[in-house]
Formats: sequence, structure tokens, C-alpha cells
Amino acid sequence: MSHDARPRLAPKARLRLDQKTNRYLLLYPEKGMQLNPTAADIVQLCTGEHTVEEIVSRLAEKYAPQPREVVEREVLSFLDALSERALVRTDP
Amino acid sequence: MSAATAERAAEYRPYTLVAELTYACPLRCVYCSNPVDYARHADALDTDTWLQVLRDAEALGVVQLNLTGGEPLLRKDLEALVAEAERLQLYTNLITSGIPATRERLARLRDLGLDNVQISVQDVAAPGADRIAGRRVFERKLRVARWVKELGLPLTLNIVLHRENLDRAEEMIAFAETLQADRLELANTQYLGWALVNRRALLPSAEQLARARATAAAARERLKGRMEILFVTPDYYVERPKACMDGWGRRFLLVSPDGLVLPCHLAHTLPGLAWESVRQRPLADIWHDSAALNTFRGEEWMPEPCRSCDRRTVDFGGCRCQAYHLTGSAAATDPTCALAPHHDLIEAARREAEAAARLPEAAATLVYRTARPLLPPA
Repeated sequence: MSHDARPRLAPKARLRLDQKTNRYLLLYPEKGMQLNPTAADIVQLCTGEHTVEEIVSRLAEKYAPQPREVVEREVLSFLDALSERALVRTDP
Repeated sequence: MSAATAERAAEYRPYTLVAELTYACPLRCVYCSNPVDYARHADALDTDTWLQVLRDAEALGVVQLNLTGGEPLLRKDLEALVAEAERLQLYTNLITSGIPATRERLARLRDLGLDNVQISVQDVAAPGADRIAGRRVFERKLRVARWVKELGLPLTLNIVLHRENLDRAEEMIAFAETLQADRLELANTQYLGWALVNRRALLPSAEQLARARATAAAARERLKGRMEILFVTPDYYVERPKACMDGWGRRFLLVSPDGLVLPCHLAHTLPGLAWESVRQRPLADIWHDSAALNTFRGEEWMPEPCRSCDRRTVDFGGCRCQAYHLTGSAAATDPTCALAPHHDLIEAARREAEAAARLPEAAATLVYRTARPLLPPA
């Protein structure tokens, strides 16, 4: 995924808080994914407004002093995984 | 909550409620997964009871709701159920034949919070599809699938595979692409319920199955990110059984049209288990305490070779219904397992399918789903 892409959650996916575990769940047909706090932060920023670059900046700020490169790698690999499963889209 | 209780609650936390709203259906599919004696189970739950089921299920941990049947669109109160599910933040999937949908009703359900529509299609063209469905519905289903996409709803196409249509896997994928399906389920028939009645006509050969699987795998790679493709192998061609329903009474909670709380679609066809109804006891009490549900939880019930098998926590001994309907004992090892004492039953069925594949093509006789008893009472 390129740095200026603006990912947004696909219509088939929905995010909810799991009351039992206090973790976020990403739900889609027949399946669900339990998200760790970083993943949940990323998904919450997948609104189509923010570029990948901006998402990285936000998270790097939040998870300081973690190096930006580490955060960037994590964000990109997670977004690519979601995109492969058609759970996020980058088309306008 | 004590540690042991908490551990048990996590082990037996349902994530998905399968709400079988009615067994009634306009179609007569020869592999219908409803029980063969479905007509004995009348629709017995009113709207308020179903709403309570949704609330109780969510409190138990359910986050996914499958509205199914029979044909769920036959329920006039579907709107009320979808609205409540939305309030409860459930991911709601309507599993339908597409008959009798109208565009207006689909739009209304979308506005109320429906998340996904799954339409079953029996084949890629009318003659084959209508033969399996036992009704001329193929063209109408196509129209409904297009409405779903026009309305901006995610579309899952479900095509059940068997000997008569497996060679058209390539066409099925192209068909799903044309309809812009978000997800394509190429799900082989599982030979239970009506499909077991029709097994002789439907079970494919190993070779036919392998070709279709390869086709699906190539398409999955090509369509990655655009369309999700799922290929489900029939249990008859696996070496080790699948974890049926992710284990009995663990992740799936099913409520039948007459209100029974079940671990799967066919558990009420097993003898000697007293299933309880949501009309008699709160759902949570039944889920945790029902003697019938607890029968096949854990490992106590397991026979050898399951009991000492290192896969017992992976496949949970396989499918109890398959065990019963093939061997006569619900506590037997699923005969689809190559280690099962009754595995010869599966091998015999495979040999029968191989032999049928070598015969010149002739349309097999099919038994259509019907409310009439298949056999006269003894």
C-alpha cells in the first residue's frame, strides 16, 4: 500500500468492542479477528480521510518512544494483510 | 467468578448465533441441510421471543448473527429482528435463497443495519440450477443478487458443489465475478440430512473434486483483494475429520424454529437427547447447563481412537451427526477419520462414486425435499 493511499474499512467489515475481553473485534462474513490495541488504532483510522503517512504519524506519536520505522513497518504490514482480504479499500 | 468458572465460560463462549427462523422454504433442494423430518418442527417463536433470544445471545458473547432457515424472508418480522441486532451491534448476515425478496424490502433491511446478504445459487445456468432446487427460480435469484449489489450491500454467493456441477468451477468463478460478489463460497455438499438421502447421485469422485479445488485455488490467488473464495471439501474426502462447528457447543449456538437450543443444524436428529426450548428456560441457563449440550462437550465421552489421539483438541472427534447417521452411534468416532473403526463406510461410498464417474453420463434420480415422511411409519 502506498504512503498517500487513504484506506477505508470495506462495507463488509465492522468494528466492535468485545464486552467480554475489552478488545476490539473486526467482524466480517462468517469470521472475526481479535485486534490488539495497535491494530484497533489502525482500523479506527481507516475512514478514507487519512493517508497511510498520517496514520503512521499518529501512531508513532501515540506509541513514542518506539522508532517511527518500527511503527511504519507494523502499520504497512497490517494494512496489506487487511487489503489482501478485501477488508480495507484504497480506491476513491 | 472463580478461575475454573471463568475458564469454562471462555471455552464455551458462543460467537455466532444461527437463528433458524423457519423451516419453510419455497425451494426443494436435494441437499437441504434441514432435518429430513423438518415438518415436525413448527415455527413456534413469536417476535418477542426471538428478540429476547438475540439479547440473551449477545449477553453470552455472540457477535455474529446468521438469519437463516428454511427461508428467513418468509418471516414478516425480519425487520424487527435486524433492527434489534443492529442495536446490539451484531454482525448480521441474511442467508437466503433470494426468494421471495423484493428490492424494497432489501433496501429497508439495509437501512435497518443488515451487514451482509448471502444468496444460494445452485449452478451457473437455469437448467442445472432449477433441477437441483426443484423450482424454476434461477433467473429470479440473479435479479435479487444484482439488487443486493445495487443497494451497496456486500454479497456472498454460495454455490453448493456435487457431482453434477463440480466440473463448472471455472464458470462459477466467472459468474461470481460478473455479479461482483464480495465472497464466493464453493461449498461441497456435506452428506447429512437430505444430501445423505441423495448421496448416490451427488457424491463426486476424488479426481473430479481435485480438479475443482485446483481451479478454486488458482482463482483465489488471481482475485486476491477483490473477491474472497472459499472452497469447502466434503468430509468424505478428508483424512482427518473437520472440527465440526468448531467443536460441539463451543462457538456456535443454534436456535431452531421451534425454539430448541442446539449446537448444530441436525443435533435434534440424534436419539436420546432432551433438547430444551428458549420458551422454557433462559438461553444462558440452557447454554451452560443443558444435559444434551453437555453430552459431547469435553473429552469424557470420547471413544478410542479419539481419547488418546493428539488431535482430539483440534477436531473434537469430528461430527456427531455424521457418526450417528452412518454408524448408529452418536458417540462413535466420525467415520470420515481414516483411523475410525467405521471408516470402511466412507471408503465404500467413495468406491461407489468412482464407479459412477466411469459410467456414461445419465441424469441420476433425485429425491426432493418434501414435508411428507420419506418412509411410511413402521
